[in-house]
Amino acid sequence: MERIFTMPEAMKPEQTLYCPGCGHGIIHRLVAELVDEFGIRDRTIGIAPVGCSVFADKYWNFDVISAAHGRAPAVATGMKRGRPDSFVICYQGDGDLAAIGTAETIHAANRGEHFVTVFVNNAIYGMTGGQMAPTTLVGQRSMTCQLGRDPAIMGYPIRVCELLKDLPGVAFMARGSVDSPKNVLKTKKYLKKAYSNVLEGKGYSFVEIVSTCPTNWGMTPVKALEWLRENMLEHYELGVFRDCDAEA
Amino acid sequence: MVSKIRCAGFGGQGIVLMGKLLAQAGMMEDKHTTFFPQYGAAMRGGTANCSVVVSDDAIASPMAQEPDVVLIMNGPSLDKFEPAVRPGGWIFYNTSLIDREVERDDVEVFKVAANELADEVGSTRSANMVMLGAFAGKLGTVSVEALLGSLDVMLTGKGDKIMNLNREAMKRGAALAE
Amino acid sequence: MSERVLMKGNEAIGEAAVQAGCQCYFGYPITPQNELTAYMSKRMLEEGRVFIQSESEIAAINMCFGAAAVGVRTMTSSSGPGISLKQEGISYVAGAELPLFFVNVMRGGPGLGNIAPSQADYFQCTKGGGHGDYRVIVYAPSDVQEQYDYTMLGFDLADRYRIPVLLATDGILGQMMEPLVLKKYKDPGDLPSKEAWRLGDPATKEPIWITSVRLGEGELEEHNFKLQKKYEEIAEKEVRFEEISLDDADIVMVAYGTSARVARSAMEMARAEGIKAGLLRPITLWPFPEKRLREIADKVDNMLAVEMSLGQMWEDVRLAVCGACRVHLHGRTAGGVPEETAIVDQIRKIMNSKGDEIIRNF
Repeated sequence: MERIFTMPEAMKPEQTLYCPGCGHGIIHRLVAELVDEFGIRDRTIGIAPVGCSVFADKYWNFDVISAAHGRAPAVATGMKRGRPDSFVICYQGDGDLAAIGTAETIHAANRGEHFVTVFVNNAIYGMTGGQMAPTTLVGQRSMTCQLGRDPAIMGYPIRVCELLKDLPGVAFMARGSVDSPKNVLKTKKYLKKAYSNVLEGKGYSFVEIVSTCPTNWGMTPVKALEWLRENMLEHYELGVFRDCDAEA
Repeated sequence: MVSKIRCAGFGGQGIVLMGKLLAQAGMMEDKHTTFFPQYGAAMRGGTANCSVVVSDDAIASPMAQEPDVVLIMNGPSLDKFEPAVRPGGWIFYNTSLIDREVERDDVEVFKVAANELADEVGSTRSANMVMLGAFAGKLGTVSVEALLGSLDVMLTGKGDKIMNLNREAMKRGAALAE
Repeated sequence: MSERVLMKGNEAIGEAAVQAGCQCYFGYPITPQNELTAYMSKRMLEEGRVFIQSESEIAAINMCFGAAAVGVRTMTSSSGPGISLKQEGISYVAGAELPLFFVNVMRGGPGLGNIAPSQADYFQCTKGGGHGDYRVIVYAPSDVQEQYDYTMLGFDLADRYRIPVLLATDGILGQMMEPLVLKKYKDPGDLPSKEAWRLGDPATKEPIWITSVRLGEGELEEHNFKLQKKYEEIAEKEVRFEEISLDDADIVMVAYGTSARVARSAMEMARAEGIKAGLLRPITLWPFPEKRLREIADKVDNMLAVEMSLGQMWEDVRLAVCGACRVHLHGRTAGGVPEETAIVDQIRKIMNSKGDEIIRNF
């Protein structure tokens, strides 16, 4: 019998402890599949951020470092500059990347640091129990905006791609989603482009992935996917925001 | 024997360079020496000043809080440092830019028309060198030869013209003390 | 005499780091350490190494965390307000057991304070600074040559023990120029290899995880006991101090860095008038020379802590002597530098006092 589906070598044979319907498992796998496809497992370093993916090391079968909350881009910078032959994947959530670590994010992008950023946007703080994220939608409820996000008090949900895309250091920037098989494949395509850009030394490459958090959204996994499609994709438009090759 | 020296003037008069040349000269004579710049919090305005200590023994604080000697290049600096000099110490001051007398009577005073003498050798900008030469010629804390030598170390890369100008200015100052 | 050059303390630290093979420098401007960052911006690039002026002190220390994790020598430098910001990262470095060398050119605090020389970060330097149960080796040089020498040694010790090493200096020592012998760096030859744990190395077979997260039951306690063992070894082997005229001393001053220079001069003045004063100069602030202080306390009635802070080191001296002698305090702060004459005045007062009285200058 022919085996047509297997664990990537870059994934450990572990069952993830993420909640049912969480996007992290899919995104971890995409990250790992591409590490295998490019044959770079021995020199890849992943960053496990603060957030639910703090234990990414349990699932990825390559070197991993745990960064302080928001500091992943600075840690990635130090690793890549210190060891230029390494391949660094900066994996971050919305609170990590767009709240506490905004300065690190902007300046790493602006310096055109040669690593891949995988930005998982599920519009909420997962690990700490469902607080408002910088990307929480207007009107969306969370533990710290129980009456719904009111922009007059709490500001607006940040569109990170739109904010960063014009920085000259950025080589590639796209937003995908993992709400459907079609979008998963498209997201993988974006990630592949980001990997190859970094491997070819083209510069900072960034893929935002709109994802779900059924537990903290208070929905079933299926309902969460529907909610994502109906609400998030309107505010977080999918597509490519920057591609240095297309411009050239 | 320890000598605590304070150099003071306004920004652009080469006050920090005076201090560095003194410290370099002290080192070349195998003495213990320190140089310490004092800046205000802001980059512009106010007086520039620095401390130099030259000693036969290990140096405690590099800050000349009660200096033995002050080398004063402008009026506000005289106002500021005249009271600080230790009794029996020396005030060297630039009469080209200061038209008052030293008020204290418990210190030695040596007047140097630094700008005018510098003009005579070719450039007002060498007034700091005239002052250094006068100090070394008068008190010998460091020798004029060592100061001339320190110019070669501190001003490497400057053209012959500037080097000669500075040398001449320094000698001119030293000659005042003869 | 070997050839000497006149050099600023801040630049001497930079040159020593370059000589010691520092591969990555990350820093952010702050007075009075700016000459160091400026020096590195030129020298590191000349050597084909990494220099980044980071977006913040927080970013700088985390860049160091990354560079240390891939196994290269790395450093950062700042002054009090910036070191406060770096404490988070230093705690992570300590928890993850990575080598790091960093510099605090101390200025007046608290808050934005001022830019004048100070030793007011003693507590922050020696008592951890960041969160958690950890230690940092702290060197306190007292001249430009020592800033150069202990920078080199600091890199070695960071690698030997996989620990953050701090050079605690101040605005005077950083900004002053003094003659310096530019010694060549000598690899001690017995430093442990980084090959087994560094990230991104294709030669390692199993994936490596560098972290300070230990959430399993008892996992963190076990790790912290392991760290403690290491700290005990360091306290045993690496404590450094200088003793001056202690043999016949009736009163012993304890002072480090700039304060020690002034204390030494005060000691000579006191001796000139017949008071037998001595000086113990801690060169490591952690580990603190507590054993030696305890021995000395049995032989003298009085000690005098001289510091550019208001009793921070004094606390450690009192802890070390454990009530065996009186410990007095001469403290200046926020740019105030101890003066020889004032110290000698206080010494006279102490020698004429009786009983348990503790004499302070303020």
